[in-house]
Amino acid sequence: MNTVEHKIQNTSPPPPHPLPQGEGDSFDIPSPSRGEGEGGGGSLNLFLRPLFIALWLALLFLPFRGLKAAVILFIILFAAVSLLKAFKNYAGTLKDVFVDVRKSISSRIRIKLPESKARSTVFILLMSVIVLTLPFYGHDYLIDIAVLSGIYIILAQGLNIVVGFTGLLNLGFAAFYAIGAYSYALLNTKLGLGFWASLPLSLMLVTLSGFILAIPALRLRGDYLAIVTLGFGEIVRLVLNNWDSFTKGPNGIGGIGPPHIFGMRISGIGQFYYFVLIFALLAVFVIRRVAASRIGRAWIAIREDEIASSSIGINTTAYKLYSFAFGAFWAGLAGVLFAAKMQFVSPESFTFMESVLVLCMVILGGLGSIPGVILGSIILVMLPEMLREVQLYRMLALGSGLVLLMIFRPQGLMGGKGVSFRG
Amino acid sequence: MFIQQLINGLTLGGVYALIALGYTMVYGILELINFAHGEIYMLGAYLGIIFLAFFTTVGLTAYSLPLAMILTFVLSVIFCSAYGFTIEKIAYKPLRNAPRLSPLISAIGVSIFLQNYVMLTQGATDKIFPNLFEKAGIEFIGARVTYTQIFIIAASAVLMLSLNLFITKTRMGKAMRAVAQDKVMASLVGINIDTVISATFIIGSALAAVAGLMVAIYYGLVNYSIGYIAGIKAFTAAVLGGIGSIPGAMFGGVLLGLVESFSAAYISSEYKDAYAFIILIIILFIKPSGLFGKSQEEKV
Repeated sequence: MNTVEHKIQNTSPPPPHPLPQGEGDSFDIPSPSRGEGEGGGGSLNLFLRPLFIALWLALLFLPFRGLKAAVILFIILFAAVSLLKAFKNYAGTLKDVFVDVRKSISSRIRIKLPESKARSTVFILLMSVIVLTLPFYGHDYLIDIAVLSGIYIILAQGLNIVVGFTGLLNLGFAAFYAIGAYSYALLNTKLGLGFWASLPLSLMLVTLSGFILAIPALRLRGDYLAIVTLGFGEIVRLVLNNWDSFTKGPNGIGGIGPPHIFGMRISGIGQFYYFVLIFALLAVFVIRRVAASRIGRAWIAIREDEIASSSIGINTTAYKLYSFAFGAFWAGLAGVLFAAKMQFVSPESFTFMESVLVLCMVILGGLGSIPGVILGSIILVMLPEMLREVQLYRMLALGSGLVLLMIFRPQGLMGGKGVSFRG
Repeated sequence: MFIQQLINGLTLGGVYALIALGYTMVYGILELINFAHGEIYMLGAYLGIIFLAFFTTVGLTAYSLPLAMILTFVLSVIFCSAYGFTIEKIAYKPLRNAPRLSPLISAIGVSIFLQNYVMLTQGATDKIFPNLFEKAGIEFIGARVTYTQIFIIAASAVLMLSLNLFITKTRMGKAMRAVAQDKVMASLVGINIDTVISATFIIGSALAAVAGLMVAIYYGLVNYSIGYIAGIKAFTAAVLGGIGSIPGAMFGGVLLGLVESFSAAYISSEYKDAYAFIILIIILFIKPSGLFGKSQEEKV
């Protein structure tokens, strides 16, 4: 399948000029000199093109911050692009060196393969010791972030089922998260139900809403599906925001009770850490098992080629439905945990940006890769906390980071090469 | 009341239609939901305020208001087109042969970037568009129609008609239709795909810029986040009419504007933003290819 895909991809880009398409040249800003070829460009090209790019972008920036800032931007951009350009000219030779070095290393490593397996066991042991003993040495702030990471791991794994395994883009995933959180909040504050009584009810409600969304959504192809899920997310948020008598609107619901285990109240942050950790491990374990099962393989088959999989007897509609509902289930669990941790929910926590953030976790980690998504969630929860001083710029960085990720490493940090998406 | 809502709906619908055209043109050619398109509309509104403020300090506004307005329009359109062009070159062109999901996510990235770019450079608070045109208007069968509304309706109609002429009559329009039909074949008969795609982005962005500027005049307030919701609604309009179809986008935009205006008046204005999505879901459920769209069979 992959080779066929490659063949199609190789023939489909229609070369407008009979010259090779620039080697992944991301900065093809209006260049009158493009025809002159990259090989024999010479020093003039090396100087003029960065100048042109920097000038163009600085000009675009000009109305927003005035002349001085634009000149500064121009100088920075010019330096950066020239350096990149110069680096790129040597990159070809550098690449050869890299390949040689890697070859010589890998030929040596192959002999030590068993040892590297042992090393990975040591690594896993070390990681689990660090994770398990975190409350004993970490201060409250760190544990708090870790708890949040745990909740996001569950949420992102849920989205990973839908986007990563089944290949259905869901841009309104925060809706399920919101439904989970609000159903626990409402059951707890209005009916006085405890955590363990409301958990199954909340999860049932969320899973049901996953089914309800899936029924109209599954008639649609990729992009339409993305928009309908986005619309669903917005509708849920708007309802939560406007149904004042039931959800208290934008003020949110406070005073949600913490969970109890055997009569013991889980309120300390250290206790809550283990509580979330158990659920996160459960999520990872169950999702791993399901992904390896018949259902998981059916999902992957649908992702790779829907028509082919339906022609070998997979009931694609049913499996997509399961995928939506199963993903929603974990999002609901994450929502319940979130409500229990914060003891407060408001519609502000479930905006479109939240859905995008979770999607970024999945994409950064690698679509369909469970360890990757764990890593992606931890990185994206930690990063804003570490970048508090430059908080204003972090969304700017997130946006450009997404673009760069798509251009240079679309499979994410730990994504497999086989994952392909057409939607 | 009815006539008043009709006029309000038409005004809103004209704006939605202008933005929706950009979505539908890009989708027709690249099969990409250009999430950043709503931000171009927002940039258009901001640039209008910036340029008008500049002309006011220079003294041009006092000298001749129409001239200042025309220059503001022209400059905003030029800058927004340049933004659209640049976004395509940086964020979408390297991904042209990538899997479908990649450019979409790249577009979401551009959208986040532009929102925060404007927020950081212009501040997070609402910007006020100088109230140059008094709220004067004419009485029309019991409804009040301001000159701004008349201007918006007329300008959108003229722009849509000229776009239609451009697509059907000119060489570039013909090339665009050819590329939308089949990229490979179009390139084989000597059409430069890159130029056509750039032209699509430039035209779409120009229309969005006009829409943004007109909304800034109409409401008098601009915020860095207006692009997102307007973009989603315009996309809804494009889907409503059948994405890829230019008359569909125009019709869908006007229809959506009318629905929103009437439902806000007669049902409830709290859920004003939700109607668009509800309509979208219903339309896609009944007729997934939109009102004017041709249903596509998936090729094996």
